[in-house]
Amino acid sequence: MTDKNGFFDLSKTGLSRRTALKGLAAGAGLAVAPGFVRYSQAQSSASLKIGFQSHRTGIGAAYGRWYEKTTAAAIKAINDAGGINGRPVEVIIEDDGTDPGRGAEVVGKFATQHKTDIVFGTLFSHVVIGSAPAAGEAKMPYFVVSEGHHVASTKLNRYVFQPGITDVKSQIQAMAPWIAANAGKKVTQIFPDFAFGYDHRDYLPPALKAQGAEVIAQIAIPPTESSFTKYFPQIPAETEVIYHVMVGPAVLTFVKELGEFYGSNRPQLFGFIDSLEATDINSPGLEFLDGSHFWEGSPRYAQPDDSAAQQAYRAAVGIDDNGAAVGDPKDVSTAAHMFGCWETLYVVKKAMEDAGYKGPEDRAKLVEATEALTEFAEGPEHPQGPKTFNGKIHQCFGIQNISKVEGGKLKVVHKTKIEDGLYEPEGDYTTQAL
Amino acid sequence: MAFGPHLLLAALEGLVTSAVLALTALGLSLVFGVMRVVNVAHGEFFMLGAVLAWAISTAISGHPALGFLAALVLAPLIVGAIALVAERLVLRRLNYNPEATIVATIGMLYIIQQLALTFYGPGARPVEPPFSYRILLPWFGYSGYKLSIIAASAFLLLATWFVLTRTKIGLIMRATQYDSETAQAFGIPVDRVYAGVFALGAMLAAVAAVLIVPISQAHYLMGQDPLLLSFIVVIIGGLGSLRGTLVAAVLIGLSDGIISVFFSPTLAKIIATLLVAMVLVFRPQGLFGTASR
Repeated sequence: MTDKNGFFDLSKTGLSRRTALKGLAAGAGLAVAPGFVRYSQAQSSASLKIGFQSHRTGIGAAYGRWYEKTTAAAIKAINDAGGINGRPVEVIIEDDGTDPGRGAEVVGKFATQHKTDIVFGTLFSHVVIGSAPAAGEAKMPYFVVSEGHHVASTKLNRYVFQPGITDVKSQIQAMAPWIAANAGKKVTQIFPDFAFGYDHRDYLPPALKAQGAEVIAQIAIPPTESSFTKYFPQIPAETEVIYHVMVGPAVLTFVKELGEFYGSNRPQLFGFIDSLEATDINSPGLEFLDGSHFWEGSPRYAQPDDSAAQQAYRAAVGIDDNGAAVGDPKDVSTAAHMFGCWETLYVVKKAMEDAGYKGPEDRAKLVEATEALTEFAEGPEHPQGPKTFNGKIHQCFGIQNISKVEGGKLKVVHKTKIEDGLYEPEGDYTTQAL
Repeated sequence: MAFGPHLLLAALEGLVTSAVLALTALGLSLVFGVMRVVNVAHGEFFMLGAVLAWAISTAISGHPALGFLAALVLAPLIVGAIALVAERLVLRRLNYNPEATIVATIGMLYIIQQLALTFYGPGARPVEPPFSYRILLPWFGYSGYKLSIIAASAFLLLATWFVLTRTKIGLIMRATQYDSETAQAFGIPVDRVYAGVFALGAMLAAVAAVLIVPISQAHYLMGQDPLLLSFIVVIIGGLGSLRGTLVAAVLIGLSDGIISVFFSPTLAKIIATLLVAMVLVFRPQGLFGTASR
């Protein structure tokens, strides 16, 4: 009997705590509301405030940490070069716990309490989708570095942008020809059971079909799962390629158990590096990955043909030739994604300068100035490579890397072209009211 | 995959789950049985065991087995000591009042979790298994280490059973569980028994975590699932019943393995939770529990 009370007490306590927090938030909101009229203290010398919605805790913590490092490096570079419109830039970090509900609260906090100029930096797609309405409501420009297709699908709102990293639909379309030609025609997909995974679920089959290959099985795994062997029997025996993309704290376990299950007698593997992001590919038990292929947004390992801009970027962020933190070879970065933070901040800089941005009253101008951008040249501001930007769907398109595991390193064996990943826009944000 | 090997894999996966679950749930069940305390922080002792295993095994260089063995011995001891302090500082001061201790252990849950987050960080870190032998079956490969978890857990369960039923300490514990007031009247230091049982419960969770961490990595949120599953096992088996806990752990673990492999892990969780509801409605004392006096 007591245990029954235990459960009830647990939920009651949880509820009342949450209610209390909500009450507090509402109270804070009320207290802030009358003073909403901004003082004109945002003069030329005051710093611009960027609210960074960071996955400091929760399943996205490894990404959050490296997104913060990259952002700090980019902001330092921008400030050292004179800031934006002659004003220094300041970053305010709030942890969203990689949770959509908390994400929306964080956006609200940036809008009402910190009064930031923009909100930036979100990766996990469910958090982006959960936070976007709050950003739209607060008319807060929201620059995400998420990779998901949700921004480009035009199902969010006019204040949400993804100018620093290509979306999944485009990535898949660009890589499908290579997969069909080099890996195999019968593909089994393993993906996380939430928004980001659904992009893979929905866009890979048509992209492969266009190349004469097919998806023969789709296996969805919850991102909080900690044991994976039980899913592997669902992989059909005739599978030629396992296309895997996993996220969350247990990615290493996922790959290890895949290795235990198959050993060297495995189908071809094509993975998104997400399955091993922030994880050493030379961890014990991962030897079977040798010869398999991965998508990388930006290569983790330094490549022989790296541009000077890429080298400078790696040095600024503090990663060595193996993509680990300088001085700590065990602290592997999320190199394939975090370049997007660097590049997005430079897009924000460009758009703010184009708009003559002065303060929150110019947010609408900033949105229009961002929409007016069309391309970003490769260089120190865009070290990953050149990109085009479609202002109607708020999405950029860049090149993708396919890397092969060789001798314990990832070697880029194929680079897609920007045109490979272009698709017909599904809508137009610019028709929405500001 | 053909039905036979498919079932074999499902059973193996289920047995590994059962083995770890039995140890964890046994700790929870002991604490409830003897002290009548519902320890909501039990999952955090599990997490602490895993985090300490990581800390100990990285501190010791050389063959991974050395670090692992050290963790297997030291981590539960440290967790036991922490539990002992928590018991002295918190539970004892509440006179083991059932309602108050629930609230107090919820507080402990958050404190331990946030301390782990502060000092260990939000990342998931791997612990190398003591050996990495891969058993090659004709249909699929399986981790030899996983099989050894089942053996280790069975050994620890047997040892616990032996202590509880064949030693004087066990007799004292059972006497306290049966009727703590009479036990006290007969000169049993109930107070110290409580402290020991609480530490033992936490140590069982910690040792389960050390066993599982080489296959699932240490993470500060990893205590949630084991807590929930332990509650499920303990409710189905009957709070305070050793036999019930074991049977329920094997039942839940195997059904979880088999249902997850053949259908989906979500369905396995749904069925387990439904089973709890059914047991609570039709047999509130659990399958093997005795009605509370």
